[in-house]
Amino acid sequence: MWYLLRKLGLLLLTAWAAITLNFLLPRLMPGTPADAAIAKLAQNGPVDPATRAAIEAQLGVPTGDAWSQYVQYLGNVFRLDFGVSYTFFPQNVSTLIMNALPWTLVMVGLVTIVAFIVGTLLGVLAAWKRGTWLDTLPTLGGTFTSAFPYFWTALLLVFFLGYQLKWFPTSGAYGRDSTPNLSLAFISDAIGHAWLPALTILITSLGGWILGMRNNMINTLGDDYVTFAEANGLRSRTVAVKYAARNAILPNLTGFGLALGGVVGGSLLVEQVFNYPGVGYLLFNAVTNQDFPLMQALFLMITISVLMANFFVDILYGLLDPRTRR
Amino acid sequence: MTVAANLPEPTGSTPPHELERGDTVAPTPHGPASPLKVLSRGASTIWSNKKARIGVVLLLLFVLMAVFAPLIAPYGASENGFGRNQGPSGSHWFGTTAAGEDVFSQVVFGARISVLVGFIAGFLSTLIAVVVGLSWGYIRGPLADVINFVVNLVLVIPGLPLMIVIAAYLQNGGMTMIIFVVVLTGWAYGARVLRSQTQSIRGRDFITAAQFSGDGAARIVFREILPNMTSLITGSFFGAATSAILAESGLSFLGIGDTTTVSWGSMLFWASNSNALLTGQWVLLFAPGLCIALLATSLTLINFGVDGLSNPRLREGSGR
Repeated sequence: MWYLLRKLGLLLLTAWAAITLNFLLPRLMPGTPADAAIAKLAQNGPVDPATRAAIEAQLGVPTGDAWSQYVQYLGNVFRLDFGVSYTFFPQNVSTLIMNALPWTLVMVGLVTIVAFIVGTLLGVLAAWKRGTWLDTLPTLGGTFTSAFPYFWTALLLVFFLGYQLKWFPTSGAYGRDSTPNLSLAFISDAIGHAWLPALTILITSLGGWILGMRNNMINTLGDDYVTFAEANGLRSRTVAVKYAARNAILPNLTGFGLALGGVVGGSLLVEQVFNYPGVGYLLFNAVTNQDFPLMQALFLMITISVLMANFFVDILYGLLDPRTRR
Repeated sequence: MTVAANLPEPTGSTPPHELERGDTVAPTPHGPASPLKVLSRGASTIWSNKKARIGVVLLLLFVLMAVFAPLIAPYGASENGFGRNQGPSGSHWFGTTAAGEDVFSQVVFGARISVLVGFIAGFLSTLIAVVVGLSWGYIRGPLADVINFVVNLVLVIPGLPLMIVIAAYLQNGGMTMIIFVVVLTGWAYGARVLRSQTQSIRGRDFITAAQFSGDGAARIVFREILPNMTSLITGSFFGAATSAILAESGLSFLGIGDTTTVSWGSMLFWASNSNALLTGQWVLLFAPGLCIALLATSLTLINFGVDGLSNPRLREGSGR
């Protein structure tokens, strides 16, 4: 219980730090968001003072002292009020994010879990059959594919499986003429569109799990209790799974929490290639259009969700390994 | 969870190749060893690993390509008087881009950016990681808790979105900006690894001896502890360089930074912008990405050999 409370306290503290960082970031940078927006408008002709005042009012050019700005900002974050997007004016930033979130969560989330499970199993196998082709193939293959840039893998899949072989649709999350609903037809359409982005993430993230698990496993296989279990004549599969792998998987679990951050980041590149309407694509659009309210809110949302995922992984770790609870 | 498994090579007299599986490597580091000796033994251990050897050769090829780019490339990187969207031919091995540039020359010149960013960003992140990680592992008390919190925060915040957001604020910062954001988000992992190693060395006899002889904390950390961590530091350099290369290419691909600089990432940015997918310019898509992947692989392969330095169980030929 104490462990849980301490972790929860740490989660809240980290979330607060992330929120504060998000508040500070624009203020630490040269210029204000309003300046950037006005500069962008000025490319199309002179900006009249009324427009300038309106933009400044909307983007919150510093009024009042820093402290009252900060308090106001914290209040807005709690009410999930991130203002109005000006790329997709007059839509609310929160609405935009809520529409994009399910696409990323379902697609990226499922693929990450699949990659973790498959990669870990392959890693166990590689370490157990060390030196055979069952080791060499996944290890070398994993080393190579984990060095693939996300976006490059995505481009290749689009080119070969999409344009050349025409097996999968190459962009979007559903067909042009359908609107999101919960019918069977729509869901199967969405699954069809998810194949290529999902494959991209799977290919590029599998290697890390294989290599990490193999290393951990080789370490535990050298430990005395494994030798002892083997000497006791336990079946080798029992030793591999119940003794070595069980302990070797723990560090990988922490890696899983951290990797979520990488996958969310990586999915941004993937979503951009596929025009997949998730949070990554939205963030990319926000950045290229200098939509600062949307950009900041998205960054905060991505960070908070990675924090939460790490929190749950920590709790799971505590359940599996009593030593960490001390 | 043995501690011994993660300890560095003993600086004693046992040559690495005589260590057999199951040997407990009782690390008996005794203060600063001759850096030259450590280096040459480290190099021979890395070279003895087949994967690492391939990595070293591959990396050297890329470095040579970057250094001698003007001699190797038949044309300038942004020389654009050629026919547009041409396929591979005798005068243009990889064809030309939509803007009429020679793809092969661009690939060769692109190596400069990736190699440079990899080395500079890798070096700077490792430098921060060493300073933070070693001090953090040596000191105790509230300051260590504060560092712990900051490192965890940097570790958990997703790197690429942060880079993109910072890059959006620092408009057109070019390469310096990219290196800055890569270093800013990339040092924390190494710091954490180095910290746990420092903590385990801190309690050993030769450190206690140094403390009793009145050495200052900075001297103990950097003269006594640091030399025992060469393999971990080398490992975090290659790790940081790999992620820097991938991050740079990702940012350039998104068109953040300077799109007029010819890098492998920006080549892919222009390729996808000019619909190389539809015009069937597959070399333009294939070559720059493959180079990024091979360069990153070469660093990972070298790291297999470096892993063997600090953990004899991971050495080749030490199978069960």
